[in-house]
Amino acid sequence: MQAIQAQKLVRKFGDFVAVDQVEFEVEQGEIFGFLGPNGAGKSTTINMLCTMLRPTAGTALIDGHDVTRDPAGVRQSIGIIFQDASLDDRLSARENLWFHSMLYDVPRDVYERRSAELLQIVDLADKADGIVRTYSGGMKRRLEIARGLLHHPKVLFLDEPTIGLDPQTRRHIWQYLLKLRAQEGVTMFMTTHYMEEAEHCDRIAVIDHGKLVAIDTPSALKARVGGDIITVRTADNAQAAARLETVAGVETRPGPEGQLILETKSGDRFIPQMMELLARGTPAIAVETISVSRPTLEDVFIKLTGHAIRGAEAESQMRTMMKMWRGAGTRR
Amino acid sequence: MKNLKGAYTIWYRDVLRFARDRVRMVSALGQPLLYLFVFGTGLAPAMSAQTGGALDFRQFMFPGILAMAVLFTAIFSAVSIVWDREFGFLKEVMVAPVSRTAVALGKVAGGATVAVFQGIIVLILAPVIGVKLGFDQIVMLIGLMLLLAIVMTSFGILIAARQRSMEAFQMMMQFLLMPMFFLSGAFFPLRGVPLWLSWLSRIDPVTYGVDSLRQQVLSRSVPASLMASLALHPLATDVVVMAALAVAFIVPAVWQFGRQE
Repeated sequence: MQAIQAQKLVRKFGDFVAVDQVEFEVEQGEIFGFLGPNGAGKSTTINMLCTMLRPTAGTALIDGHDVTRDPAGVRQSIGIIFQDASLDDRLSARENLWFHSMLYDVPRDVYERRSAELLQIVDLADKADGIVRTYSGGMKRRLEIARGLLHHPKVLFLDEPTIGLDPQTRRHIWQYLLKLRAQEGVTMFMTTHYMEEAEHCDRIAVIDHGKLVAIDTPSALKARVGGDIITVRTADNAQAAARLETVAGVETRPGPEGQLILETKSGDRFIPQMMELLARGTPAIAVETISVSRPTLEDVFIKLTGHAIRGAEAESQMRTMMKMWRGAGTRR
Repeated sequence: MKNLKGAYTIWYRDVLRFARDRVRMVSALGQPLLYLFVFGTGLAPAMSAQTGGALDFRQFMFPGILAMAVLFTAIFSAVSIVWDREFGFLKEVMVAPVSRTAVALGKVAGGATVAVFQGIIVLILAPVIGVKLGFDQIVMLIGLMLLLAIVMTSFGILIAARQRSMEAFQMMMQFLLMPMFFLSGAFFPLRGVPLWLSWLSRIDPVTYGVDSLRQQVLSRSVPASLMASLALHPLATDVVVMAALAVAFIVPAVWQFGRQE
């Protein structure tokens, strides 16, 4: 049985189609990433999978429970780390965890053990009795992650889990998430617009304007870009470019700092060939610097969608749409 | 069982937050005090003359002030739903494997408990204005306040359940709350008022709360003839009407709260 099966999920807000026929499957124990710019439909999808939002059409099975027909079954088997804060900031961290354990019917002894362990991991053990209102943004986020894991969920949803965190905390949290997967086989579904974060995923679904553009492993996605990028600086760039083109049949373009840039299928194999080609010919061309870089997921995204991951613009657009729709909902 | 635990958790949170918020407790006491001592003292001579000195206006008002404390606290508790939605905590509750009915009922219980606490705080003022209460009266008053609190919290939740902005909710409450309070007979006897006013007060839930509380508070201190001229309905009628209203508000409140977007 798959941990998540999304079947033609559609969600409209008025005329605006936020999620359009989204279909995918997530295996048990997999870390599955939803990559896309803000406003692409990531949060809307996650909200439908978590039974927070009813799909306009289609459905999804989470751990075998249908989100439209058995939301209670879904809720029992999932844990969620929301994008926006969802803590009670008038209570202490410990009280927030205790409330969570009560709502999820976690036995007292399990709660004691697990909360102590989690507070340690997210580095809040010595501040656990402080009122959440006095916490910094990063501390709140860490507490939320601890809370989402408290009841041993089968599937963990993480909506932009490390947004606004410093690199050290981010690394910490990822270490723990990976350890958790290894120990307990928790399936994780996450949304992100950070490329580095997406690299941790087993598979990535690229979403743009509510539609899935591609689903694959990070390396397979990067292979779609066409190869590696080699940046080289020689004593005579013009002659080197001419020789590479005529002999090796590789097109080059000038780099920003007087280098040559070329794309090739596998850079590690091509570099020795290129070195030889440049050194053996007459005249011999000296290579001053050379570097090879793999394509990033950012390159993949641009290749697949024709544009870079956009910034806050799309997000604010999306928020406006949601507000308009919600306003209409209240009046009705 | 799991739902019971969930409802208990929601209730406990409201009580814990109330207990921790001293400022709220004191400020919620401020308004009743203001009405009782400033308004009450100012109007006392007029009222005294009318009843031939048998009834002090502050004593007449006192049940209304009790109802006011309950009413405002109950509504304020319902506001916290909108508040929780804005600050995100509601999401944590909504995705928990606890039925929304249990959540809504826990919320009603929490709001009602806190409202009764606030009412009891005001009740402690009774001796200061010369109202003497027996133990049995106090028990009855707490029971009546609880009933009124359940009615008003359910009413608040019914309105708050679909509300998304704090501002809209506050506007709505200003629009409903003050008229409900003024029409309830808290400040003036509803005997001999024009027909339209009498009818409006009849559809006001708070009227039944004030009327029943007044009958209890004054039952030993004023003559029966005067009592008969002040009471609007038999005590049993007040109780039955409030119980019916509680059900009439809770059912749609739970339904509204449970609806998925």
